[in-house]
Amino acid sequence: MSRLKYVEERIFLVLMVASLVIVVGSLAMILATVVVRGLPALNLAMLTQTPRGGYYLGKEGGILNAITGSLALAGGATVLSFVLGLAVALYLQVFATDTRLAHTIRLALDVLWGIPSIVYGAFGFTLMLWMGLRASLLGGIITLTLVELPIVARAMDEVIAMAPFELREASYALGATRLETAWRVLVRQTGPGLLTAVLLALGRGIGDAASVLFTAGYTDRLPTSLMRPAASLPLAVFFQLGTPVPEVRARAHASALVLTIIILIISIATRSLTGRLKRHVIR
Amino acid sequence: MWALTLLVALLVPFMALALLERARPLFDIAPPGRLLLASEWRPLKQEFGFLPFIAGTLWVTLIAMLLATPLSLLCAIYLAEYAPRRLRELVKPPIDLLAGIPSVVYGLWGVLTIVPFIREVVAPWAREALGFLPLMRSDNPTGYSVLAGGIVLGVMVFPVIISTAEEVIRAVPNGLREAALALGATRWQMVKGVVLRRALSGVIAAVVLGFSRAFGETMAVMMVVGNVPQLPRSIFDAGYPLSALIANNYGEMMSIPLYDSALMAAALILLIVVVVFTALARIALIQAIRRAA
Repeated sequence: MSRLKYVEERIFLVLMVASLVIVVGSLAMILATVVVRGLPALNLAMLTQTPRGGYYLGKEGGILNAITGSLALAGGATVLSFVLGLAVALYLQVFATDTRLAHTIRLALDVLWGIPSIVYGAFGFTLMLWMGLRASLLGGIITLTLVELPIVARAMDEVIAMAPFELREASYALGATRLETAWRVLVRQTGPGLLTAVLLALGRGIGDAASVLFTAGYTDRLPTSLMRPAASLPLAVFFQLGTPVPEVRARAHASALVLTIIILIISIATRSLTGRLKRHVIR
Repeated sequence: MWALTLLVALLVPFMALALLERARPLFDIAPPGRLLLASEWRPLKQEFGFLPFIAGTLWVTLIAMLLATPLSLLCAIYLAEYAPRRLRELVKPPIDLLAGIPSVVYGLWGVLTIVPFIREVVAPWAREALGFLPLMRSDNPTGYSVLAGGIVLGVMVFPVIISTAEEVIRAVPNGLREAALALGATRWQMVKGVVLRRALSGVIAAVVLGFSRAFGETMAVMMVVGNVPQLPRSIFDAGYPLSALIANNYGEMMSIPLYDSALMAAALILLIVVVVFTALARIALIQAIRRAA
């Protein structure tokens, strides 16, 4: 009997290591698929031209429309959600510290974080009908802001909560108001952390497709006006993958590679930021 | 700031009301209960039965959970209880990256790798070896199937379950572990008998969070699942999840009467299910971590 427990230990250890290999291996497989298919399709023309003859059938041109569109959509939404999210996070941390209201709002933000982006898309579409907007860059930015806001707010909330409480007490003791404490002390102290929250949301915004599907539309053109539709990289993958034309499918593969590279850069930047940018941080 | 924060907190009910308002015309032709259980979907004849889509969502979600739950939990236990620090620090960034990869990239991977693999390898093999089993019959030659959707979704759910479950397991106080080891338990006996028992509600919450992530996922699933409105009878059949229904038909929804109401009703179903499950899981998690510490 006493041997049995060691056999059990062994079996589960093997199973656990195997699971870890499968999980990490599937990431490797995904990256390998994207690189193997995307790299041959990627060239300078792909990155610097818009599609010619329509994105669905035209064989010429590249994905500049989708790259610029994605940057405009996610950039706009990230700026907006940064401003709104910082306000919410500071309110939670400085004004409503540890109240029942704060706990309820945190729960609401966590729930919002989990709502599928297709539901945000449907809701954004409903909002746009009320506002009289058509599928446009503005509509996409509004919807993506809703997607990103809970991420930014909740992540910043966690970051600010890590700041030592004595710092606030010191600030209050010097006669600073709550707003001054929030702005001059907490935001500086937690600057790098706040930035990682923003990058997290930016990554989600650039990769999100279902929310911009009805709200931003798709176009062959560069995004020049807030009222016109805007293309995006995820939708460039989705729409162009379904065609029978190999050149167009190549554009889909290239879009996926560009998208993955952007996400990788954001992820690496997040990681290296956590270590640096600590000029104002008091330890 | 107070008003803005309150507005954010009220966003969930506001979204539900807005979708309900848009979906209401549909409920004038039939009560919600009947719509959910009807299986005829003919928008032009004003017949909107959601059952095939609900079935499609449940099939892909359940397959994903069957795949992801054991793998993710074993992984989380290993990372929390066994892995040396260096290995943990080596493996965590890739797992976080897995959470950040956009769903269309998962979809592309599914289309280029999983679907052909099912079409060329798994389905022919299952036809030979497992054709007598009711859920394994394969007469769909394309490979675009609920199985493909489930596999892709399962991989997307890995990081959600792993990171939450690991956090919950780590929150179990060390004194309990030491007590178990001191009594002569092996590490696995300690995990099974003490750590998991203490962390059970949190681990369940982690799995539920994974479930709600899978439930509403759209792009990756719709790229590989085949999108045929039917009740799947086998894992190799094509399915048509609710999320894919919305995303595929937004183009014509304004031109057919009640179609937009039906799609908004589908979004409302997703919203309600996900909100209920996420909220319950989050509350359980808060309590689990507080109790463990």
